[in-house]
Amino acid sequence: MLRFILRRLVQLVPILLGLSILLFAWLRALPGGPAQAALGERATPEAIARYNELFGLDQPLYVQYFRFLGRAVQLDFGSSAQTGRPVTTEFLERMPGTIELTLFAMVFAIGVGIPLGYLAARKHGSWLDSTSVIGSLLGVAIPVFFLAYLLRLLFAVQLGWLPGSGRQDVRMDATRITNFYVLDGLLTREWDAAWDAVLHLVLPAIALGTIPLAIIVRITRASVLDVVNEDYVRTANAKGLATRTVRRRHILRNALLPVSTTIGLQTGLLLSGAVLTETVFAFGGVGSALRDAIFTRDFAVLQGFILLLAVVYVLVNLLVDISYGLLDPRVRVR
Amino acid sequence: MSIEAVPTGGADPGQSSVLEVEELAVTFTRRGEAATRAVDGVSFAVAAGETIGLVGESGCGKSVTSLAIMGLLPRRGVQVSGSVRFGGTELVGAADRTLRELRGADMAMVFQDPLSSLNPTVPIGTQVTEVLVEHEDLNRKQATAEAIDLLDRVGIPDPARRLKEYPHQLSGGMRQRALIAMALACSPRLLIADEPTTALDVTIQAQILELLRELVQGSGTALVMITHDLGVVAGLCDRVHVMYAGKIIESADRHDLFARPRQPYTGGLLASVPRLDAGRGTPLTPIRGSARDAIPWAEGCAFAPRCDNAQDDCLTEVSGSTVPLEYDGPGRELRCRHPLTHPPVASGATASGAAR
Repeated sequence: MLRFILRRLVQLVPILLGLSILLFAWLRALPGGPAQAALGERATPEAIARYNELFGLDQPLYVQYFRFLGRAVQLDFGSSAQTGRPVTTEFLERMPGTIELTLFAMVFAIGVGIPLGYLAARKHGSWLDSTSVIGSLLGVAIPVFFLAYLLRLLFAVQLGWLPGSGRQDVRMDATRITNFYVLDGLLTREWDAAWDAVLHLVLPAIALGTIPLAIIVRITRASVLDVVNEDYVRTANAKGLATRTVRRRHILRNALLPVSTTIGLQTGLLLSGAVLTETVFAFGGVGSALRDAIFTRDFAVLQGFILLLAVVYVLVNLLVDISYGLLDPRVRVR
Repeated sequence: MSIEAVPTGGADPGQSSVLEVEELAVTFTRRGEAATRAVDGVSFAVAAGETIGLVGESGCGKSVTSLAIMGLLPRRGVQVSGSVRFGGTELVGAADRTLRELRGADMAMVFQDPLSSLNPTVPIGTQVTEVLVEHEDLNRKQATAEAIDLLDRVGIPDPARRLKEYPHQLSGGMRQRALIAMALACSPRLLIADEPTTALDVTIQAQILELLRELVQGSGTALVMITHDLGVVAGLCDRVHVMYAGKIIESADRHDLFARPRQPYTGGLLASVPRLDAGRGTPLTPIRGSARDAIPWAEGCAFAPRCDNAQDDCLTEVSGSTVPLEYDGPGRELRCRHPLTHPPVASGATASGAAR
């Protein structure tokens, strides 16, 4: 097991190297380089030249790249052009918000999706089945920002049931320990702060969780329909086991294997930045930071965040692979 | 195995019968398609300690018959009629609960493909103990001890270790042994084995058959052996029912059947088995055509299109009636208007000759 994890971590190196080259080339190919971004539209050519010289941007690209790489391995991605703070610090502040949002969104998607998909399969051909199929098609088809906007308009603006922006009421003045607001509230026993953070998560989590929800419903349904026709389910029935045992041990357990893969992939996707949802709800996570960095051409932030997110994504997938081995003995690694 | 001790008479329900199947019919219906009658008026009985064979090509309805007996056919799109009496209980139309109480405890089944018939994500041990926990009122510890004993009895070495393993870690033969252990866990009165050796190689086949024979002989379990392999029949079965296109076309004691096959189809099956005493280079004699050439029984003998003995009156429109299953000497029944004839003294073909 340990060797497996180590091997996967080593595999991470070429992936990140490749990604860093692509990222570096892409950012340098954008019109109006970092100097323009930092100095503004009306900067004189002399000022730009001086800026480039100062930051080594007049050097050949490969020199720039290796210099960037050398600092990156020490987790130094420079400082944000906007705030002047180190990129890594910004990332560590923002990531907890995104992780919280992702967890809530996935809990929503899994908690609703698996039971719904399972019921749809059991009542194959019923109105519940067709409704869930059509509903999940809609769920995949609806643009996230649109859904987020609708939810916010209805439940936050019109009805006023739930907060519609931010991660916590600013008047809360809650103590920060980990930057996971819910966790911080629990750790400091500031229950109202924790509850307020939870309320702030509801709408964005539903908006963000809708696509994973729709996918989980569809995969669960298809997978259960597949598994009920398996020979081993017939064997289980031939053994006269109670319906409950057949369902739990023999149908669900196998049907959830493909679902667990999907859950892992979706979690990875959500973690790497829910730009649209975070923007609509002014949610201070990685996604909104990325959007800001794109608008302000904050190259240091873009480079740093994207690379760090790639690391997160690959690590999540490693976790998925490990958990898959726990669920399915056939792929268990020794 | 002595044949004298075994009650004869297929459709005639003997007093000691564990299972009596009467006029069993299974029809599959699908929206927008004509209904298919997979099993059509099948009757037979099995006594305690008796082994009967249901023999036929793929698609003749033998597996569907066994699933219908066990109540394992899907409810949707399937119509089962006739009667299946198991120890006095009528199983056709019985409540799901009744069936679940009987299955695994009093009647059990061994399936064809041991790999796909075992749950890949559950350890062998759990798959054996769950039957015991369900039906025998044992706790987990007792069930585990019992499972070790069972695996040992079916010839799985080092059973305590095997319990923790998963199906993919076992060989094909071991998997089939494990399935047999699950089926026999609660000492059922009836065991149905649906082609239990088809997915195994020849040496393992022989071992599994030997195991089944031993287990059945000792306990008085009634065994229904479903197979297309006449070698299996020769080695194991007391009575044989040959099925074709959903109907029984010939029933006889094993020795009678091998010595004097009457239905040309049975004759064809026996002739197509390779024989050790045949000269080198003797070609096999297959039955011409395939099972798809069958005509509906309502129009005549389903085998007629492939039959060398077929004559005009095999067809309903000529004879005016469908071909009935009739008395054909003591202990024999036959559905044929132009059966094979044999010289008074049976020669050549014996059960052992046809066995591999």
